[in-house]
Amino acid sequence: MITLAEVESIEGAPGDFQVLVRQHPRYVDMDKCIACGQCAAKCPKKVDDEYNAGLNKRKAIYVPYSQAVPLKYAIDPRYCIFLEKGRCGVCEKVCPSGAINFKDTEKTRTLAVGSVVLAPGFRSFDPKGLKIYSYGETPNVVTSLEFERILSATGPFGGHLVKPSSGKARTEPKKIAWIQCVGSREINRCDHGYCSSVCCMYAVKQAVMARDHSSGDLECAIFYMDMRTQGKDFDRYMENAKRNGVRFVRARVHSVAPPQHGEDLSLRYARQDGTIEEEAFDVVVLSTGLEISPEVVALAEKLGVPLNADHFVEGDSFDPVATGKPGVFACGAFTGPKDIPHSVMEASAAAAAATESLAVARHSQTHTLVLPKEIDVSGQPPRIGVFVCNCGINIGGVVRVPEVAEYARTLPNVTYVEENLFTCSQDTQDKMAEVIGREKLNRVVVAACTPRTHEPLFQATLASAGLNRYLFEMANIRNQDSWVHANDPDAATRKAKDLVAMAVAKAALLTPLTQTELPMSRNALVVGGGIAGLTAARALARQGFPVHLVEKSDVLGGHGRRLRATWRGEPVGERLAALIAELEADPLVRIYTNAKVAEVEGFVGNFKTVVTADRQSHAIDHGVAILATGAKEYKPREYLYGQHPAVVTQTELDDLIGSGDPRLAGATDVVFIQCVGSRNAERPYCSKVCCTHALRNALAIKAASPDTNIYVLYRDMRTYGLREEIFREARAKGVLFFQYDPEAPPVAEASGDRVRVTFRDHILNRPVTVDADLLALAAAVVSDAENGLAQFFKVPVDGDGWLLEAHQKLRPVDFATDGVFLCGLAHYPKPIDESVSQALAAAARAATFLARDTILVGGVVSWIDPARCTGCAGCVQVCPYNAIAMSEITGMAEVNPALCKGCGACAATCPSEAPILMGFNNRQLYAQIHSALAA
Amino acid sequence: MTISNAAQPKGAVLVVGGGIAGMQTALDMADAGFFVHLVERSASIGGVMAQLDKTFPTNDCSM
Repeated sequence: MITLAEVESIEGAPGDFQVLVRQHPRYVDMDKCIACGQCAAKCPKKVDDEYNAGLNKRKAIYVPYSQAVPLKYAIDPRYCIFLEKGRCGVCEKVCPSGAINFKDTEKTRTLAVGSVVLAPGFRSFDPKGLKIYSYGETPNVVTSLEFERILSATGPFGGHLVKPSSGKARTEPKKIAWIQCVGSREINRCDHGYCSSVCCMYAVKQAVMARDHSSGDLECAIFYMDMRTQGKDFDRYMENAKRNGVRFVRARVHSVAPPQHGEDLSLRYARQDGTIEEEAFDVVVLSTGLEISPEVVALAEKLGVPLNADHFVEGDSFDPVATGKPGVFACGAFTGPKDIPHSVMEASAAAAAATESLAVARHSQTHTLVLPKEIDVSGQPPRIGVFVCNCGINIGGVVRVPEVAEYARTLPNVTYVEENLFTCSQDTQDKMAEVIGREKLNRVVVAACTPRTHEPLFQATLASAGLNRYLFEMANIRNQDSWVHANDPDAATRKAKDLVAMAVAKAALLTPLTQTELPMSRNALVVGGGIAGLTAARALARQGFPVHLVEKSDVLGGHGRRLRATWRGEPVGERLAALIAELEADPLVRIYTNAKVAEVEGFVGNFKTVVTADRQSHAIDHGVAILATGAKEYKPREYLYGQHPAVVTQTELDDLIGSGDPRLAGATDVVFIQCVGSRNAERPYCSKVCCTHALRNALAIKAASPDTNIYVLYRDMRTYGLREEIFREARAKGVLFFQYDPEAPPVAEASGDRVRVTFRDHILNRPVTVDADLLALAAAVVSDAENGLAQFFKVPVDGDGWLLEAHQKLRPVDFATDGVFLCGLAHYPKPIDESVSQALAAAARAATFLARDTILVGGVVSWIDPARCTGCAGCVQVCPYNAIAMSEITGMAEVNPALCKGCGACAATCPSEAPILMGFNNRQLYAQIHSALAA
Repeated sequence: MTISNAAQPKGAVLVVGGGIAGMQTALDMADAGFFVHLVERSASIGGVMAQLDKTFPTNDCSM
């Protein structure tokens, strides 16, 4: 990790690049800094805090925020008085570890790498130039990023909803407006024609959160053109917000006038029907868009990576993370505005693409840690070492740590105690390993922060000293103590003592736990032969892993076979044929058509699946599985579909356009109806692809016959991100748009061989009738979930029928079950470029398992004592990982340690205390409880 | 497929940017057996996501 650094140049060729990196001086020695914060406490220079969007001040020597990684101070040379004028130097005087180095200099280094991935991110649009919103003139007009900091517990107001103008009085606002599309979908004032994709959702979230934070009944209104909540569960989130009192106003905002009398801001806006209204608010949030900063544009230029007119990397739908420079890849907001799940997905995709051509060099530059032989502690009486951490001032500023340490010495079995400023620092780790050996410690307790973040670090230190990593216990005297009792040092100190006593009581009963290595099969199984499945299979084969591809129909290609072009215009048929040809020629890929999964057994690294294809059974051993089973088009029951020949779906319209159908050539009026079967009570989700797909088809019709009238009846035009360009083009080409509300949908009636469509003109506010030659319905994308398959692999399906990932934001292609991944339409409706991204991402995530020789099983897992088990199967029901099964032989429950994650749900459920969670067994927990109650 | 000009390509990669995308791609490549250099402009990694309070649609804490 090289911070404060920039890439200067890239020389060489893919596989063998030399990259020149310039690292700016930090003026703080990272090895010596213990992040105690004394330097910043004494530094006399206050500057705007970028982390809090300039809403408060930090010092010239700083860490950006308290959880920063690396947690090391840095001097900002733009502001440091010593670096500017040669006097001051107070930080150097107060630093207890001598970490300040004013003589630090800029360093350059050359890195030899095979590939480069660019993820430089975005910046929030600065609305200062847009005078109409009074931003910068009055403190109560804020950007969305500023508002995000206002809501945050680590923000300038400690998470209290505060009107920025109210100063020390800290008055709560009563009425807040959000203005959408500030710096997006706007070519007149800021030259950002694209949609920023994320602002609609974050505004809804901020409104919901603000109401949550408010002590009164806060009024929230969102002023928008189209609500673009097209992602998974996003529409539901918006509908919930509506039900919970957030007001949505479809309008164009004319201006925000600064306060005239009193404090209220006056917001002037035009409704859809042209009426002008004025409304007072006390805070206005500008939903500012995403843009690429000039520094990133300069970087791209330096590296020879071409950008489009909006300064994003112009992607290819079938190669979404490639750039114009071979061997250099891009992901995140740099390839177009996108939300976190999509960025994470694309980041994994870039990992797959960037390492494809380096696969033969896998493991050539990484090293394996060699650990000393484990000390046998059996039969030894416990010798517990306790390390109490100050965490800088995080704990030490509240809890009297020396007193806690002194108390720890009095506890049974404790033979060694020390106090650290930062127990987690590298020098303390080195010392801890040394102390374990010298003092012959056989149990270690660290009283510090949370095991969630720091347990692995301390366990690694134990292992390096030859101690079993499970002979370790943590007492969380920070998150659960000093942070929550910051105003009561006496109570916090008492609680810290109790927590340490409990940890020591448990530690005395800890026993070493073992992990066993199981072999890892290098084969992958991909289920589904559409674009997603094919792409995932190809990516894995290129990484050198054998792939079994299972397709239920007799041909490969899935939905892609019916699509003409992507939104960018790439011909789908041609690209699909090339993809299939590469797979068919690859000796690492075995394709099964007319095939289905009949049986699945095993777990990550060791799956055994039976596939039946053409009445033959194939037993396949595989290490991972990727589910890419796709979706299908909804068969509409609405608008005379299936009853009148002039009514078709958008996919059927693709066929008509592709075949040059005479019905199109002679058509004078074509009507499109959007959201057919989507965003309704039965399917409360957006099908995501239909708006763009419809406009692509509208443009194709207009290109062939410019005089054909096209009427698009829509609810919200969701041409998100760079797709907005198509919406603009369609309007320029004369496609007509009419917004309708679900309460008053269009009406279709037969009128000879035409269809009479009646709808309201939203501007004139009166009914319009069109006799359409063709009525094209944007039919929903619906789940094709073969529930059997989800059950075979023990993975969940959500209420809409989509496969449910492990975490919607941070693990978008994983399941909670290790070794099983998902991609494509089976996850949620999405366009081809996103399906391809997700397929590459699934391949990358799968490769993190396939690259291993073995998997480790055991450690903190559950074991069911057959002597106590009554066979009630209660534990089987509650296990979220499907790790428990009833033995057919004994009738008792048995845990598969390879699937068990050690959550303890079984142990908590069992009425007979049969499950024993290793490392958290009942004896240990009771000892902790007794200790707590004894205090 | 990009064919490397080098006889044996390098087993190391460079990631520019330490936000959520840069961190994820770095982790995935490291876990797949490649040495990763992560270059970040500012004093710490985390990017814009670290500035966010909660994230949609799960309302998870961003940190």
